[in-house]
Order: sequence, then C-alpha cells, then structure tokens
Amino acid sequence: MIIELGHHALVLAFLVALLQGTVPLVGAARRDRALMELGRSAALVQLLALAGAFAALTHAYVTSDFSVLNVAENSHSMKPMLYKVSGVWGNHEGSMLLWVLVLAAFGLAVALRGHGLPAVLKARVLAIQGLLGAGFLGFILLTSNPFVRLDPVPADGRDLNPLLQDPGLAFHPPMLYLGYVGFSVAFSFSVAALIEGRVDPAWARWVRPWTLAAWSALTAGIALGSWWAYYELGWGGWWYWDPVENASFMPWLAGTALLHSAIVVEKRDALKSWTILLAIVAFGFSLMGTFLVRSGVLTSVHAFAVDPDRGLYILVLLAVTIGGALALFAFRAPAMAPGSLFRPISREGGLVANNLLLATATATVCVGTLYPLFLDAATGEKVSVGPPFFHSTFVPVMLPLVLLAGIGPLLAWKRADLEGVFTRLRVAALVAGAVALLTWLLQHGHHPGPVIGLALAAWLAASTLIEWTGRVGLFRRRGTAARIIGLPRSAHGMTLAHLGLAVFICGAVGDSFWRREVVVDATPGAVAELAGYRVVLEDIRSGSGPNYEAEVVRLRVERDGETIGELRPERRFYPVQGTRTTEAAIRSRPLGDLYAAVGEGRTPQHRTLRLWHAPLVPWIWAGALMMVTGGLVSLSDRRLRVGAPRRTVGPVTQPAGGD
Amino acid sequence: MKAKHRRLTFVGVGLLLLAGAAGLVLVALEDTVVFFFAPSDLQAQERAPEGRVRIGGLIEQGSLERGGTPIRFRITDLRATVQVSYRGLLPDLIREGQGVVASGLLVNGMLEADEVLAKHDETYMPKEVADALRKAGTWKGAP
Repeated sequence: MIIELGHHALVLAFLVALLQGTVPLVGAARRDRALMELGRSAALVQLLALAGAFAALTHAYVTSDFSVLNVAENSHSMKPMLYKVSGVWGNHEGSMLLWVLVLAAFGLAVALRGHGLPAVLKARVLAIQGLLGAGFLGFILLTSNPFVRLDPVPADGRDLNPLLQDPGLAFHPPMLYLGYVGFSVAFSFSVAALIEGRVDPAWARWVRPWTLAAWSALTAGIALGSWWAYYELGWGGWWYWDPVENASFMPWLAGTALLHSAIVVEKRDALKSWTILLAIVAFGFSLMGTFLVRSGVLTSVHAFAVDPDRGLYILVLLAVTIGGALALFAFRAPAMAPGSLFRPISREGGLVANNLLLATATATVCVGTLYPLFLDAATGEKVSVGPPFFHSTFVPVMLPLVLLAGIGPLLAWKRADLEGVFTRLRVAALVAGAVALLTWLLQHGHHPGPVIGLALAAWLAASTLIEWTGRVGLFRRRGTAARIIGLPRSAHGMTLAHLGLAVFICGAVGDSFWRREVVVDATPGAVAELAGYRVVLEDIRSGSGPNYEAEVVRLRVERDGETIGELRPERRFYPVQGTRTTEAAIRSRPLGDLYAAVGEGRTPQHRTLRLWHAPLVPWIWAGALMMVTGGLVSLSDRRLRVGAPRRTVGPVTQPAGGD
Repeated sequence: MKAKHRRLTFVGVGLLLLAGAAGLVLVALEDTVVFFFAPSDLQAQERAPEGRVRIGGLIEQGSLERGGTPIRFRITDLRATVQVSYRGLLPDLIREGQGVVASGLLVNGMLEADEVLAKHDETYMPKEVADALRKAGTWKGAP
C-alpha cells in the first residue's frame, strides 16, 4: 500500500513539475503575477510529493519489503540498518529518485528564500527547475521505476554489493548529488537571465552562493569517494583517472572556474556572458557525469545495470537541456551589455587567466575520458586512457594555475601594480626556493617531480598567508583581532581553500613519487621490511560480522626494534552474494600511511601480504577538508548569505516586472 | 584599452592555451593510449605489440596458480590463450572460468601484468571481455 502511494506521489510530482515548468514562464512573458506565483506553490507540492515517494521507498528498505523488485535486488534482511537506509540510493533507481529529490529541494529553496529577487526572474528560474525536474521524473517513470512490484515475493533479498556496504560510501552519493544538482540552480539562473537578456551584479550575488554550496558539496563528495576507493578497494590508490571519477571531476573543474568568474560579475560587472556559459557548461558536465555513470557505457562499480533505453533517454535529455541552453546563449549573449573595463594585469585579469586554465584543464580531462568511447564507436578499436595521459596533459596545465593562485589574490581590481605584488611575495619565493632545495637534497634519487610540486605548494601556502596577514595586519601590534573578525568571511574562506589546495598538492606529490610497496607470501612468524618498518605476521584468526564471515590477520609493526602498533587486515566473505572483499588495515600518521592488504596464499597456511608505505597521503583528504571548510566559511559570509536582502539599491536593480 | 582589444587579447591567450593543450593531448594520446586485445587478436598479430597492453577474456579452467609470487594464470577467449604472471594481490572476485582484464607488458608472448581487474559482482562481465568473446564466437550470454 505504501509503495503504491509512493508511486502515485512520483506521478503527482511529475505532473506538478510540468506545471511548474510551463505556467510561470507564460506568466513571466505576460507579466501575470498570479501565474508567476504558481511556481512557488508548485515547487512546494513537488518537493512534498517527492519526499513522500522517497520516504515510501526508504520504508520498504527499512522493513525489508521484498515484494518490491528494487528492494529484493539490492537489500537483505540481515543487512545492518545503516546500509539498509543507504541501500535506498545504492542502486540505479533509488539514486535517480534521490537526484530529483535534491533538485526539488533546491527549487523550493529558491522559491522560499528569493524574497529580494525580481518576480519575473524568480518565476523563470523556478520554471527551468521545474522543466529539469519533469525531464528526470519522466526518466524515472519510463525507464527506472523503483516502485515495481515483484511476484512471487522472494524469501529474502539479493543484498547490496558488499563493496558498497561502507560508511564512506553511504554518504558519497548524496554529497555528490548535492553538488551535481546544486549546479542546476546556477544553470536555471543563467537560462532565466538569457531569456531576460540581462545580467547584473545582483544576479551574481544570487548565483555565487548557490555555486559555492554546490562546489563545497561536490568537493566533499569526490573526497569521500576517493577515500573510499583508498581504503576499501585494497589497491592503495586514491585516484585512478577512471572515467567514472573523471565524470565527477569535470563538473568540479568547471564549477571551480564558475566560482571564480562569478566574483568578477559581482564585484566588477564584467565577464557576464562567460559566466553564463560556464554555468551552462558546469551543469552540462554534471548531466554528462550522470549519463556516463548511469548508461552503462562505462565498465565500473557504478554501472549498476546496462540498459540501452536509459542511456538513450539521458543522452536525449542532455542534448535537449544543454543544446537548448547553448542555442539560447548563442542567440542572446551577443546582445548583453558589455561589462566594465580592466587591464590584463589586474584581479580581473588574474581571474580570467584562472578561468582559461581551468577550462583548458577541463577540456583535457574531457578528451581523455571520451576518446576511448568515440574510438570504440567509430572504429571498434578498444583502448584505455590511463593515468600517464592525465599526468602529461592535466598536470602541466595545473602548474601555472597554482603559481597564479599565489599571485592573484594580491592583485588590485581594475589595474594592479605587479612590481609591488612581487615585492610582497619575495618571502614566498624564498620559501619555495628553500623547499625546492631541501626536497632535492633529501629525496632518494633526483626526480624533478617532487621538487616542482612541493615548491609550488610552498609558494601557494606562503603567498596565501602573506595575503591574509597583510589584510588582518598581523605583526603590526594593534587591532589584529578586530581585523580578523572584521574581515569578510569570504576572505577567510578563500585563504582556507587555497591553503587546502597547497596541502592537497603535498599529499598528491608524496604519494605519487615516494610510495614504496612490498608483496610477500607469508606464514605466521614471517617478516616483511618496508621503509624502515618491520612487519611481523603474528597469527590468523577467524571472526564474523552481522552479515559476513571474516578472516583477520594480525600484523605487528616494529620500528627500530620496538613494537609501535598493530595492523589487522581482513578478508570477508559475504554468503548472500557469495562475494569476498578485502578490508585493508591502515596505520595513518601525519607524515604517511602504512597500508596492509591480505590475499590468498600458495597453501592454506600462506597468505599474500601486500604492504605500502605512502608518505603524506593523509594530506590529500586534509586538503580537501580545508577546501570544503573554506567553501562553507565563505558561504556563511553575511553578504553572500543565500537570499540576503541587498543593502545598496543601485541603478542595476530594477523593480519587478521592469525590463 | 578598448573593450574590443581586451576581448581580442583574452581570446588570443585562450586560443594559445588551447593550442598548447591540444598539442599535449595529441602527444600524450600517441604515447599513453593502451590498446585492448583478446587472446585470438594477439595470435593474429604478426608482431607482438610494443608498450603497455590490456588483455581480456576468461580465466582458463585449471590454469590459476593462486598465491605465491608471481601468481600465474592463462586468459582465454576459448580460441587462443595468453599466459599471465602477476605480482600482487588478486582481486577478491577472481575465479576460474570468469571474466578478467589484465594490463602490463608483453614479454616473449607472456603478459607481465601489474594490474588485474575482475568483474565487480555476480552479474557483471567487463564490456571488453563480452565483446571479445562475441568476436571469437564463443559468447554464451545474452546477445
């Protein structure tokens, strides 16, 4: 019964989304207030209906109602409660339901918080959100209905893939979707602005917080996914340049560019068309990510089921949404009023360079990700593009970006004094030089990679700190505390995010160049040595969890003859799906991780031990966490608060209905 | 500086960047793309391919010597086979008779793999493997 209600709620949401997508548009064209106001109530009803549908599906999972096909295929009565709930979005149908739920929530947030927004713009934004929702709800109802019943009812379910039964992964999809779908708001605002033919700083003040929120969530989602891959897959890597990873990385890169260009629109009323284009592209990459992951054109743990109809539907949806938006852009953008002027050497110029570099980087990742698909479609030849490709294309584009990120924040708006900036950055250059020299001398073998990487990270960290201390007046005795408080939060946010980038680079460099590995076939008592550690295999025990059997290998870790800890890698067997998983054991310290995974050995007494020493790896996620925190701190800025009323009423703001 | 000039400067810089990136991409594609072969594709080649390759098919029944380093097994598309040796941990899902993709260097007709990927779950077969088996005419699954 609840399931049928859920299904009906889904159909209702679809119909309401259609209304929301059309009526306010007509109202906006006719300046009819009543029609425009419909968008608000529609957004509310749509969200309530979808929340109901989602609750119904969650109820089916929690109570293990195996008469629902989706539950029977992806759940099991013995599964821990956390994974019963996360199982709702751990499959294709449920994850699409989560997607539209998040979309509707964003739509309602615009509806509720948009007091200061011109009524026409708001109506159009809500309508675009409604159309997007209708597109995806149609997709769910036609190809991926989670409420399909199963007859006869099986005694128990087929369980969730054990690899996905993990706390890190339970929250990876919702965060990622918050990010993906968050860009839909920037997209809707852009399309609405194109219809209107006008962009002003007030528009950017709206778009920027939404982009910031989406970007923070996407950063967190990607970091969670990478962390999961690191400790769960047992391969010791944190980023494989796998197409599915790239699918989430491309919207991130485009979104990062958007975040920076929106600042120029807001502060200087320039780069307007470019920012609109970026918003369309960022959401386009989000849709493409969904398409790549959901259509089954890629082989991956994310490709739940291969169904050509689904791929086709999303492809058409992608073509209509992005093609339509780009056509509108080509049509309307040239008519936009040009922005204010600035010199190439200025804050604006720096942000433009940032955008050009990020756009180029996105393009290289896009080529590397799609090339194998095109080649397969065109010639039937099967190739893969792996890490070496991205190391020799993406990384060279990123190096100047990091260099620039150190300089940019010190540049003045409109026209900057480069000489003065370099004088202030002398210390940063010295620090970078010292780090380069130290790295060169201390590392084994003179590889230039770590020298360049760590020097750049040091440069970025030092110049970011110089900029921040300059603004708060540190070392100038009085008023520092007051200035720290008085400084806009977005300035602190930027400092934190840029420092996070520097920290991340250290982690990536350390792991890429200094990782050491040994593989040994061991029996109890055997010893493996790695990077100054002695690892002794103590014994092998058996254990069990709620829905698995486990074999626990106890390893004693020694350094300089003293025992400093224990590692317990496991091998688990999940009887329901008949699958085994490897649970790596990790001893994490600020300077690096000791990572152990275990596999079957030559004889029943032997185990294959694979040990890594991965220097600086924790810095990768520490850096990502700093970036997310930076984004959130920025978001809490009063001037940026979502829906904050505008303080100054300048000539750019116009009364509702004015055009 | 006039708006027109400014725009031209940025377009110029952007084009230069893109051209540079395109150059990097082309060179990198040439050097780093890894081709996929089924065992019978390899047999049909006159000269063994140089550089990294990926080979996919089924793990031949009775060929898997688990444990020990290196681990050895043969990949087959039921027409031809390729011997693989691999130092490292095999994925948990690997079993004889099931789909696998291994990548590494070919040395005297033997693949010295540094990466072995198995299917992710019971119902999943790597796409390349399914296609390779179809090509060899030994595919038994859905068309």
